[in-house]
Formats: sequence, C-alpha cells, structure tokens
Amino acid sequence: MTTPYGAELTDVTVTYGRGNRALDEASFAIRPGTITGLLGRNGAGKSTALALLAALRRPTSGSVRVDGADPFENAVVMGGVQLVREAGDVIGDSSIDESLGYYSELRPHWDSEYAFALLDQFGIDPSATPNKLSRGKKSALGCTIGLASRAPLTIFDESYLGMDAPSRYAFYDALLEDYTEHPRTIVLSSHLIDEVERLFEDVVVLHHGRAVVAETADALRGRAVSLVGPTTAVSKLADGRHALATRSLGGTTQLTLEGSLEPSEIALARDAGVEIARVSIQDLFIHLTQETDPVSADPTRKAAR
Amino acid sequence: MFDGPEPIYIQIAQQIRAQILSGDLPEEAQVMSTTQYATTFRINPATAAKAFGILVDEGLIEKRRGLGMFVASGAHERLLDEHRAAYLDRVFRPAVEQADLLGIPRDRLVAYLEAHPSTTSASALAEGEIR
Repeated sequence: MTTPYGAELTDVTVTYGRGNRALDEASFAIRPGTITGLLGRNGAGKSTALALLAALRRPTSGSVRVDGADPFENAVVMGGVQLVREAGDVIGDSSIDESLGYYSELRPHWDSEYAFALLDQFGIDPSATPNKLSRGKKSALGCTIGLASRAPLTIFDESYLGMDAPSRYAFYDALLEDYTEHPRTIVLSSHLIDEVERLFEDVVVLHHGRAVVAETADALRGRAVSLVGPTTAVSKLADGRHALATRSLGGTTQLTLEGSLEPSEIALARDAGVEIARVSIQDLFIHLTQETDPVSADPTRKAAR
Repeated sequence: MFDGPEPIYIQIAQQIRAQILSGDLPEEAQVMSTTQYATTFRINPATAAKAFGILVDEGLIEKRRGLGMFVASGAHERLLDEHRAAYLDRVFRPAVEQADLLGIPRDRLVAYLEAHPSTTSASALAEGEIR
C-alpha cells in the first residue's frame, strides 16, 4: 500500500532565455490522494510546473516540494513520481515490451499484468515499436504507462489528447476504477475541460505563470451561477450583485452571476420562472483567463456559453 | 445529468433519495458502490463518497462491512413522512391561513375535502411529490 504524495510550489519562478517567465512566483499545493486538474491556456506554465514536480528541471527561484522533499536529484521521491507527457517516454525503435520492462524496474509499484491488460484494451500489440504507432495509440501507450506505474504522484500532461473519444473515455473509466482501488495523487492537465471536470476533486488554474485558482472543484463551481428567464425577474434577482456576463433576447435574459444563491433565493427564482443552472468549470475557466473583462469591455459580447 | 446549481454530491444524494421514495431502490436493495457510481457517471469517487456519506448520516442507507451499501429498512417510509409533512406545510398551511382570513370555519374545510374525493391514485400523488 502506497501513501499518496502531496506536492507544493511556493513562489516559484522559472525563467527561460532572456527573462521569459514561464512561471512567475506561482504558489499552489496539490493535496495528497486527490485527482487535481491543472488548467491553463497555451503558454500559461502548465508543462513547466509539471516538469518541476517530476524534477526534470529546477526552478529559477522559489521552492518545489514533493512528499515534503525537494524532488530534484532525489531518487527516493522520484521513484514515486510518474510524469506522462503526450509523446510518452519510451524507446521509439525497440519493442513496447522492452520499454515496459524498464518501467517495471524503475517503478516500485508497477503492475505488469495490468499494463498488458490496458494495452490489450487499447488495441496495442506489445511487440510493436512505438515509432510505428499512430498518434492516438502513442497517447494510449503513455496512459498505460501512467496507470500501470501506480506511482504515488502520477501526472498526465495532456497525455490523452491524441486519442479519439472512445479511447479517451476508456481511459477515464480505467483511471477512475484504478484510482479507487489504488488511491494515489493524480494530476491531469487538459484542454478538454468539459470532458474531465467531473473527475476533479481540486482544480488549479495557471494564468500568465501564476496560480489564479487553487481550490476544490465544488468551490470553483460555486463561484458563479447562471440564470435564464424573463428579463424583469432575472434583473430583480441580480440586483446589487456582480454579473459576469449578460445576454438578452427579446424578453429573456441569460445572466452569469458571481457567487452562489441561497436555497431561499433558488426557490424564489424558480417561482418566478427563472431557470438556474450551474456554470461549468470550462466556462469559469474561460472567464478567469480572459484577457479583458467582457462585461466592461463590451456588454453585448457573447458570454461564455 | 447533475446540471443543477447545487454541488454535484448534493444532487447525487437527492437523486438517490428520489429513487428510494419512488421505490426504484427498494428497502434492503444494494446501492451502487462508490467505484461503480464514479465510473458509471464519470465523476470523482470522493464526490460520490461524499453523497453516500450524507445518506448514511441520514440513516437512509447503511454500510454492511464487506458487502457494500444497502437501503436501510424504514427508509422509504421515513422519506414519505418527510415529504408528507413538507407537502402539508407548503400546500395546506397557506390554504388554511387564507381560509381563516376569509372566515371559513374548519368544519367547512373538512366537509369540503370529504365532498371532493381524490380522483388520482395515491401512488401518482406520491410520484408528484418526489421533485
């Protein structure tokens, strides 16, 4: 039985080249035993942050802790950390079998039987060479390595983007099933937020190299609520509150409100014929990482769906 | 599914309560495990566990070591009682207050109810109370 690893970045800055900051005093924690979503737009610093956790590099300044220790050149900690990048780290021109053999030696909790069962499920022949695989199969191989390593900190850095929808869902199902049987810390970074948001217990959002959100998925979802209904009723409910986005058509208004509604307000809204729905993490993400405030910049601009 | 404004675990708990109330989940029936629930609906297992925790605290489902989770005996009746009480409060209290205001005596209300026997079956009424 492994103990899931926690991880923490404190005031971490990573500078590339001439002062290009991939991370800019970023601070966030990953709670042990959670499935945490790491979200961010292109260039927000996601892969850099994950590379720090996997000790592929050191920060320019600030501190990185995995299971309480600096992971860099730390063999004890690193045996328990598995980072899967999209390409997958395998030997391209020798058999998959051989690459998996190395993983079984490097990863103390490696489950060979499980690895082959997953390969079979994804339709990958273990005697094939990774270079000959399609992009989707390469991704599936990476996911297989991530799952079968059963590492106390397992990181999927957009590992499954090359896979088609049925394979992705097969991966999500395998992940959930194996995670409940073998609890560990899992970090998922993805652009397919709608697909994965319900898998998350915690969410970290990076924006311009900083963590702008690091909280539970429920707390994040509680940041906003969507109201749709007769304009007068909606405006009355929204009175005195901050609207993130508004859209009106005829007498109907769709409003995204900051904050949540009390049960009494929900009942009131329903009586007034106003439909209340949650705002998806994807929509919140779009709002949080927008470069300009859509409300003040252009009130007619289409709100995040 | 689970698109309401409440947190997902509360929506799951509500859904299971509704299934117990409607009889879709009869007493003593086994409830899906956290793993089954998480994989079936593709949600975080901690979210499912939180929902089950609420229902266990309410005494509606019970854990049997090594076997799984089951609908507690008496759960259906208890939910029905709660809904009956809520129904009376929501529908009858304002009706009675209004009747008092208009000076309609209670015995006339009773007589009215007796003169208007139910045209819907009891089960259909209970169904209507689930939401």
